Amino acid sequence: MKPDARGYFGAFGGRYVPEVLVAALEELEAAVDLAFADAAFWAEYHRILGEFVGRPSPIYATTRYAHDVSAAPLVLKREDLNHTGAHKINNTVGQALLARRMGKKRLIAETGAGQHGVASAVVGAKFGFPVDVYMGALDVERQALNVYIMQLLGATVHPVTGGTQTLKDATNEAFRVWAAQVEETFYVIGSVVGAHPYPYMVREFQRVIGDEARAQCLERYGRLPSDVIACVGGGSNAMGIFAGFVDDPSVRLWGVEAGGDGLETPRTAAALGAGSVGVLHGSRSYLLQTAQGQVRDTHSISAGLDYPGVGPEHAYLKDSGRATYVPITDTQALEAFHEFARCEGIIPALESAHAIAFARNLAAERGPDDLILVNLSGRGDKDLAQIRAL
Amino acid sequence: MRLTELFAELRREKRPAFIPYLMAGDPTADATVAMLVMLRTVGADIVEVGIPYGDPLADGPTIAAAGQRALAHGGGVAQTLDIIAKASPASPPIVVFSYFNPLLQYGFERFAREAKRAGAVGVIVPDVILEEAHSLQSALAAEGLDMPLLVAPTTAKARAARICAQATGFVYVVSRLGVTGAGSTPDFTPLHDQISRLREVTTMPLAVGFGVSNVGHVKDVAAHADGIIVGSALIDAYAKSAPEDAVAAVQAFVTPLIAASRA
Ligand SMILES: Cc1ncc(COP(=O)(O)O)c(C=O)c1O
Repeated sequence: MKPDARGYFGAFGGRYVPEVLVAALEELEAAVDLAFADAAFWAEYHRILGEFVGRPSPIYATTRYAHDVSAAPLVLKREDLNHTGAHKINNTVGQALLARRMGKKRLIAETGAGQHGVASAVVGAKFGFPVDVYMGALDVERQALNVYIMQLLGATVHPVTGGTQTLKDATNEAFRVWAAQVEETFYVIGSVVGAHPYPYMVREFQRVIGDEARAQCLERYGRLPSDVIACVGGGSNAMGIFAGFVDDPSVRLWGVEAGGDGLETPRTAAALGAGSVGVLHGSRSYLLQTAQGQVRDTHSISAGLDYPGVGPEHAYLKDSGRATYVPITDTQALEAFHEFARCEGIIPALESAHAIAFARNLAAERGPDDLILVNLSGRGDKDLAQIRAL
Repeated sequence: MRLTELFAELRREKRPAFIPYLMAGDPTADATVAMLVMLRTVGADIVEVGIPYGDPLADGPTIAAAGQRALAHGGGVAQTLDIIAKASPASPPIVVFSYFNPLLQYGFERFAREAKRAGAVGVIVPDVILEEAHSLQSALAAEGLDMPLLVAPTTAKARAARICAQATGFVYVVSRLGVTGAGSTPDFTPLHDQISRLREVTTMPLAVGFGVSNVGHVKDVAAHADGIIVGSALIDAYAKSAPEDAVAAVQAFVTPLIAASRA
């Protein structure tokens, strides 16, 4: 679905930004409309995804994981095999192409764990843009390897010391920097969040996941999946895979949020499961907040899911009942991470391990006629130092 | 008094409004009350009172840090309303400055009612643009509260005309790209062109903010605008002193600026 003229999916989305950014958002919206209607734009995007990213990513039926509890086929969409090891690059390739088309001179990006920062640094190098990445000072410390990779690729990493020194503050800072240099700068947002047209645009750059997976399921199995599962931080890998199936009423859509220590504790990052409607980073959606409307500190073992908000289209899918959102705790995700690695020979990203953990629970209720599709949004190399230290 | 009447009076006196900005609860709630009262005695015309917020997208480090300090000791919508209620009988007219989300959670009608009762005259919301202003603005209007809207250097003329037509009280003219902060030396030449262009589309009072921080800036802006807003520099002026010295520090800082605005 396309958001309405004001950028709303139902009651969610819109533009809650300082006036100084409106002209840039309108300029971007116009450029998106023109580019999306231009077959040559998409041809170049898909050519780069093929040659540079390694798409299409395969689907792969698990051979052992969850087979002890279920006879339902469990199929993975292998975004972990992309260049840079996650789905994030589908989006940064698209946005870099747009930035070039619009004549912008440099890219800025926010990053939490560093995955989106790395994917932005990669396209900056490839297309010849200077890249400035804003990253919470705490995350700079926790994700030292990704900081080094970004620098190796020629990007400048700016530690953000305000607020909680994590992704939410990095995003605030990227918005501020954008406001100061709005005419020549393209802000590459890393998920389906932000002010209109970002949530829509990023989804369209990630829908390649769902479009490919739908065709691959039909070709391999002659049927659509019964269930599609993806982890939800900001929600881009989930919106990307959901986009392929949202118009197929028989396909159940499951978004898996980071439960952290559990939804009943303050240490969680499940915006849809434990949050309420509010405004953060330019759009109206669900978020974790206090009664006074202050954004709450969040926690997840997975840095990529450790975000107090969620994309507005997920809020819409939740309230309309089209998708269901469930939490997986740190402990459950970690258990699935280990189990999956030993059963399948694939080390998943900690984010993706949340989806994998839920898939096992769901599989127990499904049979051989069902088909469960899980978005394996990334590989776990980035998480190994953290897990090893546990 | 409604803001438009106040600006009309100042127009007759041929001087702009001097509008300092304070963060409610920084360094303490009592200090904010005392600053508000002091500001009337030294001749400030209007005061903006900020509701502290942890994710202030339109603010630079000075105001963001002041907000963090206020939040750390119980700041927020309720405390701000309390401060305003205590100070407003003896302060200049108060315009609340708040990000959107705290007001959304408080409830627009409830906030409008309580802000009115506390003695505020208007509300500025830096992350609400023309297209999103309606529901809050009508709740405020129902209580007789004004809602000035912002125009930026990037705002096209036709859009600026629509913003000015919908704003009530005055129009907040953002002097430059970026966020609040006293850091760099602003070049106000483009601002003068911006104001001339706005004058072609509106008769609303135009108050200028972002980066105005010393006597020279005030004189420069006073020559063209109907109001001068000073925020970050004022907070910088007391941030390093002990809380009990903050009121005196603000007084020493604003007195020459007010004189400059009337020169
Ligand atoms: C592998 C992986 N999966 C998921 C996410 C979460 O982001 P989103 O919800 O936008 O897909 C991240 C973010 O860093 C990630 O690196």
